[in-house]
Amino acid sequence: MNKAISVSKITKSFPGVLANSDINLEINEGAIHAIVGENGAGKSTLMKILYGMVKPDSGDIAIFDNKTVLNSPKDAIDSGLGMVHQHFMLADNLTVLESVILGIDKATFKNINLKRYTSEITEVINKYNLNIDLNKNIDELGVGEKQRVEILKVLFRGAKILILDEPTAVLVPQEVDELFNNLRDLKNNGVTIIFISHKLDEVLEIAEDISVMRGGIMVNTVSADGISKKDLAEMMIGKSLPKPPKRQSSISTSEILSIENLSAVNENGKKVFENISFKLNSSEILGIAGVEGNGQREIVEAIIGIHDYETGTIKLENNTIDDFSIRERLNLGISFIPEDRQAQALIMDMSLTNNVILGRQSLAKYKTKLTTVNLTNAAKASESVVENFDVKTPNTGTIATALSGGNQQKYVVGRELEDNPTLLIASQPTRGIDIGAQALIWEKLRNTRDEGLGVLLISADLEELIGLSDRIVVIYQGQFVAELQPEEITPEILGSYMTGLKK
Amino acid sequence: MKIRLRLVSFSAPIIALGLAVGLTSLILLGIGKDPIETFKMMFEYGSTGKSLVSVLNRTIPLYISAIAVAVGFKMGLFNIGVEGQYLLGALLAAAIGTSFAIYRPIHIFLIMLIAVVASSTWAAIAGYLKVYKGIHEVISTIMLNYIGTGLIAYLLSTVFFDEDEKNAIPQTVELPESGRLPSLNNVVGIEDLPNLHGFLPIALLLGLIYYLLIWKTTLGFDLRVTGANPVAAKFSGVDPKRLTIIAMIISGAFAGLVGMGPLLGYFHQYTIDFPPGLGFAGIGVALLGRNHPLGMLLGAMLFGFLERSAQILDLRGVPKEIETMMSAFILLIVVVFYEIIRRYIVTQQIKDASKKVES
Repeated sequence: MNKAISVSKITKSFPGVLANSDINLEINEGAIHAIVGENGAGKSTLMKILYGMVKPDSGDIAIFDNKTVLNSPKDAIDSGLGMVHQHFMLADNLTVLESVILGIDKATFKNINLKRYTSEITEVINKYNLNIDLNKNIDELGVGEKQRVEILKVLFRGAKILILDEPTAVLVPQEVDELFNNLRDLKNNGVTIIFISHKLDEVLEIAEDISVMRGGIMVNTVSADGISKKDLAEMMIGKSLPKPPKRQSSISTSEILSIENLSAVNENGKKVFENISFKLNSSEILGIAGVEGNGQREIVEAIIGIHDYETGTIKLENNTIDDFSIRERLNLGISFIPEDRQAQALIMDMSLTNNVILGRQSLAKYKTKLTTVNLTNAAKASESVVENFDVKTPNTGTIATALSGGNQQKYVVGRELEDNPTLLIASQPTRGIDIGAQALIWEKLRNTRDEGLGVLLISADLEELIGLSDRIVVIYQGQFVAELQPEEITPEILGSYMTGLKK
Repeated sequence: MKIRLRLVSFSAPIIALGLAVGLTSLILLGIGKDPIETFKMMFEYGSTGKSLVSVLNRTIPLYISAIAVAVGFKMGLFNIGVEGQYLLGALLAAAIGTSFAIYRPIHIFLIMLIAVVASSTWAAIAGYLKVYKGIHEVISTIMLNYIGTGLIAYLLSTVFFDEDEKNAIPQTVELPESGRLPSLNNVVGIEDLPNLHGFLPIALLLGLIYYLLIWKTTLGFDLRVTGANPVAAKFSGVDPKRLTIIAMIISGAFAGLVGMGPLLGYFHQYTIDFPPGLGFAGIGVALLGRNHPLGMLLGAMLFGFLERSAQILDLRGVPKEIETMMSAFILLIVVVFYEIIRRYIVTQQIKDASKKVES
């Protein structure tokens, strides 16, 4: 069979992260080929490389057996490759026709031949059975229709290979069915489709070939026939990492955090989590397991005060904190390791010493009598973090950008543990870092837990979750569906709860 | 940061000045003028004692205006409205300040206070609109400049216009003696030169206050953090809405003092001649001085010097607009080189850090 795309030995690293490591991938012409993996597995980077948005450090790409160097999306489009992004690139006040032809002509003073374009585009619509009204305005369209406009756009530009980045993330089930029908029509007309997702049910329904990525490497490519969801989940989650040892001490009975009937909706009025209740004791690590996008991020953001919640109560020790601002909550001793260290936890072009104050601005230690910043104490704290967490840096005056990802993360974790917090919320505490840094962070988290810290842990790394947690709750579509004892489960069992397979 | 890197970071404005001189020379050659002769002429005229006093007098409001802009810049807020804010503040201060006469320091303090309150209130409107109505501050401050200009024209020609004067020019009544700031000439021993505005030490003090506010207080820390990474700032407990309004008010407060040098030291009344454009010029100075108190002081002095020294050109047959072009060249080039040098410094620091890891 002819290859639509063959990728060999693609490697791409960003400062601190190896996003793609020695990736090989072959995609058959006319196939629907799914690429699955957890967030951060490197799918998006690989697709951006294929679409010419990111240049690989090394490796080759061949499209229809022609070796190609892609410098921009335009090169990709010229070679017959089009991409439909997860977030639509459409302007509300244009019509469908205008959206499709936008950017096709070079800017001249000539009239646009709308008649010709209308008939050509209608031809494409009919050929692939897309069901779109060219004269409607984009803002009149539903999500599914907008997606079809995006697909039409790339098809009209002559794409023979279509990359769909998490196309079902924004769709309701009926729209998903409709999309899948469209995709089958496209396939029958010879279009090759690359379908990126982490929803295994959908992947198994639509794809013929499935490639699994994890932690920047390509784990395997398998045929969809005869593979089970369980097998895929295992490949996606992996078992290769060293297991953190189990705990020594016992959980105390003093309650740190108590959450009752918490519910919230997002800007579109969609429920993000519903009736969430749980308690966390001191000297306990409570893991929340869930496939990303099931509400766990919003729950921790609600505890910090970043995400609003409609109903429910959050109590920290003896304080009901529902009316507290983010700063007031942090001042009560909540520490937070956010999932994205560079975007959420650090000021990349400020020194480590300045970064140690972040989130602790109103702590007496970092203030002088005149409410000015106490840089002397900040420098001391910064040095102690660097020493205790083995952060490799020339000195504490170095800017955060200059550190590798693992060292940045060790610094963030160290900072959050520096001032004896009462509650630590750790979101993906070891994502995208080397094994050495990971082991150190695990050890530190366990030690502080043994000393009495209560930890709420979210992680996509199920080994980590099982190895560190004293108790695990599983969240699925915004609701807790199970509470499990880590000693009694494996990542595979946990995975089946997370994907809604088991209840 | 290493000393070597610190020195590198100073090179951008010097390179920019050099290249701007080069480009301006090409234009001078193009219009048939001798560039060396022109620059010599400017330098000789600009460095006379009389000119130096004028340069300093120009530096004062320019510097304060740059500080006002920089307060916003530090948190990623573009207060384009310093222009309207300082003019409105100066008018109200001049108009109200003339209605009473008390002990001089108190009188002057009150005049400044009126200006500060008026300007920061005007600036707070833009802050309110941004936070509660989602209107970008660039749009609202530009619009408020227009409204402010209209308001000033109305107030000056009706409410504050002293019609008893034979003079038909709209202006406020002159400030009483106690509302005027004496010149510094006696203090620094330059009695034979024109008046050096008494506001100079206050301007320097404002630079110090700005420095302490931004780099030493927790409020300043929040401002800088928000400017560098609004998401991380929010996660660290900064309330962006509250901070936006506070930043606009502080920026406006500095803006209110922009007009005080000319008002208290020279004009003693608000007239239609009262110097406009200082608010916009301050944006350039803040850019050139990278929002740093010393950088902006040097930038303000440079622009003050260029402006003053260009006065000679028309008399000698060279169009003085050359100076405007040169200032623009400096700004354009300096923005580019600041970015180049910033990237260079970051790469150097990454290199240093990775060396440490290997060793």
